[in-house]
Amino acid sequence: MSEMLLKLEGVHTHIGAYHILHGVDLQVPRGQLTLLLGRNGAGKTTTLRTIMGLWRASAGRITFDGQDITALHTPSIAALDIAYVPENMGIFADLTVKENMLLAARQARRAGEMDEVRLQWIFQLFPAVEKFWNHPAGKLSGGQKQMLAVSRAIVEPRRLLIVDEPSKGLAPVMVANMIAAFQQLKASGVTILLVEQNINFAKQLGDSVVVMDNGRVVHAGTMQALAGDEELQQSLLGLAL
Amino acid sequence: MNKDFDYKPLLLVPVLALAALPLIGSGSTWLTLTVAGLAMGMIVFIIASGLTLVFGLMDVLNFGHGVFIALGAFVATSVLGMMGDWTGSQELWRNLLAVLPAMVVAMLVAGAVGLAFERFIVRPVYGQHLKQILITMGGMIIGEELIKVIWGPLQIALPLPEGMRGAVLLGDAAVEKYRLIAVVVGLAVFAAQAWTLSRTKIGLLIRAGVQDREMVEAMGYRIRRLFVGVFVMGSALAGLGGVMWGLYQQNVVPQMGAQVNVLIFIVIIIGGLGSTAGALIGALLVGLMANYTGFLVPKVALFSNIALMVAILLWRPQGVYPVANR
Repeated sequence: MSEMLLKLEGVHTHIGAYHILHGVDLQVPRGQLTLLLGRNGAGKTTTLRTIMGLWRASAGRITFDGQDITALHTPSIAALDIAYVPENMGIFADLTVKENMLLAARQARRAGEMDEVRLQWIFQLFPAVEKFWNHPAGKLSGGQKQMLAVSRAIVEPRRLLIVDEPSKGLAPVMVANMIAAFQQLKASGVTILLVEQNINFAKQLGDSVVVMDNGRVVHAGTMQALAGDEELQQSLLGLAL
Repeated sequence: MNKDFDYKPLLLVPVLALAALPLIGSGSTWLTLTVAGLAMGMIVFIIASGLTLVFGLMDVLNFGHGVFIALGAFVATSVLGMMGDWTGSQELWRNLLAVLPAMVVAMLVAGAVGLAFERFIVRPVYGQHLKQILITMGGMIIGEELIKVIWGPLQIALPLPEGMRGAVLLGDAAVEKYRLIAVVVGLAVFAAQAWTLSRTKIGLLIRAGVQDREMVEAMGYRIRRLFVGVFVMGSALAGLGGVMWGLYQQNVVPQMGAQVNVLIFIVIIIGGLGSTAGALIGALLVGLMANYTGFLVPKVALFSNIALMVAILLWRPQGVYPVANR
């Protein structure tokens, strides 16, 4: 079994006439939380969408647990037990919280068939999900929607969670809740690839770090090493962690 | 009762009906027109409900939907033509036993043709609106010509079975039996759709796909398969609507689909693209408006529905219950 659950090798992505990713090399170690950092427009979201097949890689290779997934369609990629939380959360606003969760639980045909033990664990991580179970998801606050989005991703065991900026637009107390939830998720052994701009969030969670700029990976290493090297932080991110 | 539900659009139907009462004057005439409007609305709803989901789910503008209406109606002329003993009977249950198979066969034929239509006409132009409009209109023209080849170019009578003719008296008002039947069938279709969309996982997937099909795919579901299923069901419902419409008009012509198409698009625009509840509201408003203005000022009957659409879009630019994020 490979140490690396996900590998991108020389991945290029074009969106229309625009060349966004220029040969991205990225590795996500099994069982770890890998942070993808970079300024706005660095190519982080494009990288995640390319992994999910939502945008096609025009060149390069993406492997998941040794299987080449570059040419697979999005549903086939998701069926490999990869969960994706997009930047806009992808909540189905007209459906209730329960219905959103039921859709994410691919094995369940009705709410009663969802794994009760796992649901209780999710309710403990994100009490709002239980509180608003029968409410339309569109009526939730931004933070509650983000919790629902992450809850959907973990309603069934997944091998890889890909999450795009979970702390974006959240109040500080919500960010603290989210950090605690991701710490529990990490402890459960799931592999996570996280895009994040909130440096406090990143510092508390990341095992390994990949920094992108202009559609390229410009640094890869441990979070600990990056957090301890102020000069490197300044040169890569333009700020100190 | 869901306190989050937006009830305002529901009030439009009774408000329109009550607003028409003083203009019409006679209570019995008003009741007759109202039931006729509701019946017409229910038939238009049956036809439009599939089309609104087709647009909402895959962003496909199918201007050829009308061909399934005409096809269903012409199939019904053939099936009912073979069941003269049953349609000629005075007993309603024997009439229903003739009309029911006609509806089922019309739905099966329209659904099968819908499957081919999606595969060969719609699929090559996913994501290209202008081409969709052109090719689906072209598909409808070809379909109409094929109907002329099979059934001939002339109008064919589709008389109501004996037991469905006549009217029932509600006070001074005479309400045609068939219109009541149309209301019942329309309500049954709406109830079946509402149950499927709210109580089954397939229904949830359709509703979710209308809102954000990319996310549904990212959850591991193949939205294109779902879309083909919805397209076929939408075509079958148009076929059923064609049977109902043909019996309502008591005759069919190959161009009937194109004639009804205008009403259908008004309905789904009023309702909000992708919304079946909105399509029901839109269809009832269109049916009522057509009947009231047809009685009061016949020359502005079609214009009145366009004016209605404009008025509603001024109030809610995305329709009364918008779902699809377009």
